[in-house]
Amino acid sequence: MTEQLTIGFLPLVDACLPILAHEHGFAEEEGLALTFQRDVSWATVLDRLLYGHTDAAHLIAPLAIATTLGRGRPAQPLAAPFVLGLNGNAITLTPELAAKVAEPGRLGDPAAIGAALAEEARARKAAGKRLHLGVVHRYSSHNYMLRYWLAASGIRPDDDVEIVTVAPPFVADAMERGEIDGACVGEPWNSAAVARGVGVIVLATAQIWRRGVEKVLAFRAPVLETRRPAAEALIRALRKAGAHFVDPANWETNAAILARPEYVGADPALILSAISDQLVLVQGAEPVPYPDFMFQHREAANFPWVSQAEWLYTQLVRWDRLAYSPEDAAAAARVFRPDVYRSALAGTGDLLPGASSKVEGSLARPTAVTAQQGAITLANNTFFDGRSFDPDDIEGYIDSFG
Amino acid sequence: MRIAIVDESATRATIIEEGLAQVPDCDIFVLTERHGLLSRIEEIAPDIVLIDLGNPSRDVLEEYFAVSRVLARPIAMFVDESDDDAIAASIDAGVSAYVVDGLAAHRIRPLLDLAIKRFHAFARLQSDLAEAKGKLAERETIDKAKRILMQGKGVSEPEAYAELRRKAMSSNRRIAEIAEAVVTAHELMGGGE
Repeated sequence: MTEQLTIGFLPLVDACLPILAHEHGFAEEEGLALTFQRDVSWATVLDRLLYGHTDAAHLIAPLAIATTLGRGRPAQPLAAPFVLGLNGNAITLTPELAAKVAEPGRLGDPAAIGAALAEEARARKAAGKRLHLGVVHRYSSHNYMLRYWLAASGIRPDDDVEIVTVAPPFVADAMERGEIDGACVGEPWNSAAVARGVGVIVLATAQIWRRGVEKVLAFRAPVLETRRPAAEALIRALRKAGAHFVDPANWETNAAILARPEYVGADPALILSAISDQLVLVQGAEPVPYPDFMFQHREAANFPWVSQAEWLYTQLVRWDRLAYSPEDAAAAARVFRPDVYRSALAGTGDLLPGASSKVEGSLARPTAVTAQQGAITLANNTFFDGRSFDPDDIEGYIDSFG
Repeated sequence: MRIAIVDESATRATIIEEGLAQVPDCDIFVLTERHGLLSRIEEIAPDIVLIDLGNPSRDVLEEYFAVSRVLARPIAMFVDESDDDAIAASIDAGVSAYVVDGLAAHRIRPLLDLAIKRFHAFARLQSDLAEAKGKLAERETIDKAKRILMQGKGVSEPEAYAELRRKAMSSNRRIAEIAEAVVTAHELMGGGE
């Protein structure tokens, strides 16, 4: 018997796995019939999830944590048994600003660009015209990655620069109008700004944190329990979709599917460049390869490491200026559900990490970690400033930012 | 009470505005422009903001409210938990409401109920319109099929229509479907206009 699941999403390339699971029949193989609800704001994706218009949603990971902790809305526990992808975002600046702080046409060193940007930010602040940088949502990985990079470069977000929310499809417009000087956004919206000549890509967020958690598949926690078999079937279908997605032989087909108006609704060429890790950084330039720009499948990329949820919690505390609370930290940790991921994939032959947490940012070179059968090799997962996050000392990590 | 309606569909905004105009002591402001939205909201200083779920500015607006919470006029999504049914109804209707802190629930509910009714009314209008358009398209297809039969078989218009209807009845389908099939077949055979 087929079971129906409705999935909410925002038109972004990293909504790819559920879409491809449907389009290539992987969901059907698992006895699922997927339908999709496309929306244009995270607030609406979240509302539809909370009020049952959708069963699951493509969601920015920090928003799943914030919703569970009751930030901005009454607390409702969400559960994320699957990470839809790592990274895949970039930092795009106006051509004028890019020329001052980076070398347009290449992805430079994040520390060097950060230092140059710090100087520019101070000059602009002194002139009474602070730099404005756009992010897609207060509770987004984009916001946390951008702030992490700025702060580590000596720029105080909210003080030296202003960080504002801009809906992804309007980033290029906002840059053209001079409302923002740059943005951290997902694809294809950086490339869209480049194609219009109003933006230059200067960094991939993967340069800030090599393996940063991005979107999750979120359920309401009680729904995950009542729909558990369907959720596990969906996880298996998404793993198959991931294998298909990362195979270069399928890139063009998948770009064409994702480009359709009912999905991302954007130029297939721009989508192809994102999924093939080939970014055009400056209008008219040749694409520059950046391996693992998007990271959707290998190295158990979809495994919801509890330490990732805890890292997001540290950043929420940091930027919402909250006090550390062990109860909140525990509630945030519970959002990520490696137990469900494991139970869904047990017996499929997929490699499953033995641990549920790891020290984030500690691997400077490929390292084998224990899996339930054999080992998984995890590549470099460092933060650009060399810090690492030990989930056994959440409070110490928060304090270390001062 | 100052109410801001944020809606990029000017027609729907007008329908909602008309509905809310019945409420005494209300100043209603309609904002259909995405550009400059926040500065308009700041000028208006509304007690209630209604925004449709399909509006791409929702995240921008929520961010503004989150920041304004530390300012003088805290405003939040209409989330008095006792009113969860009302929120669910508003989400179903396609509208979300943000309310300045301290506004009494008994003042909000009638407004929200009105807004929900108006959203539903607009949705009905749209589906009526879509249906009317569909009917018009069907009418045209049937006319086209009749012309094809008239030319191809040399029959009169009533005869052509009678033939379509006979086929529809015998195959248990609608006349419009038969007409569609005739037109498609004709196009495939190299006909067309």
